[in-house]
Amino acid sequence: MTASQKIWALHLGLIAVLFAAQYVLPPYHATNLARIMVLSIFAMGYNIAFGYTGLLSLGHALFFAAGMYGMGLSLTLLGWTALPALIAGLVAGGLLAGAVGVLALRTAGVSFMIVTLMFAQAGYLALLYFGTITGGDEGFNPDRSLRMIGSLDLSADTPRYLVALGLFALALLLCLWLVRSPFGRVMVAMRENEERSRMLGYNPFAIKLITLVLSGFYAGLAGAAYGLLFGYVGATFATIQYSILPMLYVLLGGAGTVIGPFLGALAMFYLIDLASGITDAYFFVVGAALVALVLFAPKGILGALRERGVRWLP
Amino acid sequence: MTKDFSAQGLTRRTLLKGTGAGLLASAFAAPVWAQAAPIKLGFQLHRTGIGAAYGRWYERTAQAALTTINAAGGINGRPVEIVFEDDGTDPKRGAEVVEKLTSQHGCDLIFGPLFSHVVIGSAPRAGELKVPYLVCSEGYHVASGMLNRWTMQPGITDVRAQVSSMAPWVLANLGKKVTMVFPDYAFGYDHRDFFTAAVQAGGGEVIAQIAIPPTETTFTRYLPQIPAETEVLYHVMVGPAVLTFVKELGEFYGSGARPQIFGFIDSLEAVDTAAPGLEFLEGTHFWEAHNRVKQADASEHEVAYRAAVGVDDNGASVSDAKDVSTYSHMFSVWETLHVIKAGMEASGYQTSADRQKFVEAVEAMSDMPESAAHVQGAKKFNGKTHQVFGHQMISKVEGGKLMRVHKTTMEDGMYDDAVDYTTQSF
Repeated sequence: MTASQKIWALHLGLIAVLFAAQYVLPPYHATNLARIMVLSIFAMGYNIAFGYTGLLSLGHALFFAAGMYGMGLSLTLLGWTALPALIAGLVAGGLLAGAVGVLALRTAGVSFMIVTLMFAQAGYLALLYFGTITGGDEGFNPDRSLRMIGSLDLSADTPRYLVALGLFALALLLCLWLVRSPFGRVMVAMRENEERSRMLGYNPFAIKLITLVLSGFYAGLAGAAYGLLFGYVGATFATIQYSILPMLYVLLGGAGTVIGPFLGALAMFYLIDLASGITDAYFFVVGAALVALVLFAPKGILGALRERGVRWLP
Repeated sequence: MTKDFSAQGLTRRTLLKGTGAGLLASAFAAPVWAQAAPIKLGFQLHRTGIGAAYGRWYERTAQAALTTINAAGGINGRPVEIVFEDDGTDPKRGAEVVEKLTSQHGCDLIFGPLFSHVVIGSAPRAGELKVPYLVCSEGYHVASGMLNRWTMQPGITDVRAQVSSMAPWVLANLGKKVTMVFPDYAFGYDHRDFFTAAVQAGGGEVIAQIAIPPTETTFTRYLPQIPAETEVLYHVMVGPAVLTFVKELGEFYGSGARPQIFGFIDSLEAVDTAAPGLEFLEGTHFWEAHNRVKQADASEHEVAYRAAVGVDDNGASVSDAKDVSTYSHMFSVWETLHVIKAGMEASGYQTSADRQKFVEAVEAMSDMPESAAHVQGAKKFNGKTHQVFGHQMISKVEGGKLMRVHKTTMEDGMYDDAVDYTTQSF
C-alpha cells in the first residue's frame, strides 16, 4: 500500500467509523460525538493557522462567535432559512478573520497573540454592548421551527448527527487536500522559515492572510453549526476560553496533523466529562494531563506517532 | 462458654431469637421501600465557575430537602435520590449536563440551575429530550416565553416581579428622583427597564441611568455622574466588584449628605454585611426574597428550614460563621423539590413515560400556601407562563444586620401574561 493509499484509507476510514458509531453508541455519547465533530471543525481551522502556518492566535473565539451570531442573527433578524444562515455564519467568520488579519499580521509572535486577543475581547464586549440585538450575556435560542434544512429537523438526534458528520467530513477532506497541495507546502514553509520563503519569492503577508481567512471560514462554520444544531447562541462562546480550547485540542491531538484536532477534541471532551465525575478540580486534571503531554509527547498524540514511525501521517 | 444475661432476665438464646425476629420484622416492615427503585432527580449544579458560591448552598439546600422528603416517605412511596452534576456555570457544559443527567444517569427530571445564560443555553436540550427542567433562576426568560413547555420556574419569583413590586415602597418612603447604577449587560438591563417603568407608573422619575461595563474594577469615574438632586440611588452590582463599589461610594460621599440608597441583595449574597469596608451600607435598604437574618416573627416552617439546611440566625453556616449563605435564592431549591414531589404525586408519576403528565400536573397548580414545603412564604403559580409569584422583602441594614421593614403583597409583583405555554405542543 502506498503512502497516499494509506492516507485515504485512514481518513475515509475515520469518517466511516464515525458514521457507524451513531448506531452503536448510547444516545449520550452519540450526541457528545456530534458536539465533538463540530468542535473539531473549529480546531481544524485553528490547526491550519497554528499547526501548519505557525500563527499562534488567541482570538479565534471571535471567529467562532462571528459564525454563531452570523447564523443566528440571519435567522432571527433577516428571516433567512437555516442553510443560507449557515453559509452566512461561515462567511462572517472568514471575513472577520480577514479584517483582523490585515491589522494583526503586521505583528508576529507574542505581539500577534496579544493583538488577536485584544480583538477577540473587543468582539466579546461588543456582543454585550449591543445586547438588544445579540441578547447580551444571556444570548438567545433560535426557534426550533427555524432549525430546519428542508424537511430535515436539526433538533432531532439522527439528522443532527448526520449534518455534524457531513460538515466534519467536508472540513476534514478539504483540510487534507489543502495540506497536501502546493499551497499547503508553502504554509509549512512559512512556519519553518519565513525569511527563506520570502527569499524564494513568496509573499509571507499574503500567504498568512489567506491562511487566516481559511481558518476563519472553518471557525465560522463551526460556530454557525454549533448554534444551529444545539439551539443556543451566546456571548460565552466569544470569551477567551473558546480561544484557548481549540489550541489545546490541537496541541493534544498533534499540531500539523489532519486528524489531530479531532483526536484532541475527543480526548479533551472526555477528560473533562470523566474528571468532573470524580473531582471538582477537573481543570486541574486537564492541566496535569497537558503538563504530562508537554513533558512526554510535546508534539501531541499523532505528532508522537509520526515521529515514532508512522511518517506518512499528513 | 455461656454468657449469663440473667441479670437482665435474658439468656443468649432469647437474645439471638429476639435479634433474629427483629431483623426479620424489619425486612418485612419496609418491603416496598427496599424493593422500589428510587426516583432519580438530576441536579444541574454550579459547583465551579462564577456561580460556585450559589452552587455550594444550592447543594446543601437540596440535600436537606432530600433528607426531609425521604424521612417523610419519599415520593409516591419510593425513595428519592439526587444526582449532582457540575456545569461549571457554563451554558455549553450546561447543555451537556442536561444530556448526561437524562441519557446516561437516567434521571426522571432535572432541576436547580440559577444563572440565566446557563438556563437559556441548556433549556433547548431539555425540550428536545422532553425532560422536565425546573429552574431556580429568577430570570424573566421563563415568563417572557423565550423557553419551552418543559422549562418551569415554580420555586422563585422572577426579576421583573421583584423589581416592579419594590418600586411603590421606594417611591413612598425613600424619594421620587431615582438614579440607577447597574451592570452594562442583560441582568442590569432587566433592572433598568422594569424598575424605570415601575417608577414612572408610580409617579416618580429616573433621572439618570449609569451603566457600568463588566470589565470595570473601579468606579470613581462613574460616581460624579450621579446628579446632585438624586433622592434615591438604586444599585445592583454583582460579583466581587460590589465591595469596591460600596467602598468607593462611601469615599465619594464621605460624611456629608447622601441620597437614600436601595440595592438588590444579589450584590451581597454570600457576603457578610458587617464585613470591614461595608460600613457605608449602614442605614441603606435592600431587596431580599428571604430574610437572611432570622426575624422576630419567623414562622415555624422558616425556623425548621433554617435548622435543616444548617444556617444560623445571622444567615451563616452553623459550622462556620464566615460562610455566609445565599439565603435569598437557595430556598428556591427547597421549594422546587417540594413542587416536584407534589407534581409527581398529583400525576401518579411512575416512569419517564409520565414526564408529560408531570408537566401538566405542575401547570395545573395555583395556590401554594406557606408551609413546610413553601418556607419563604405563600405563592401563586401561573401555569400558563410557568412562573411563580410571591412576596418580597425590603430590609434595612441596622448594626450590620439586615432587618425587614416591609413585605410586599403578591399582587405587587404580578404582570400580564406574555406567553401561554399550555398552548404549545410537547
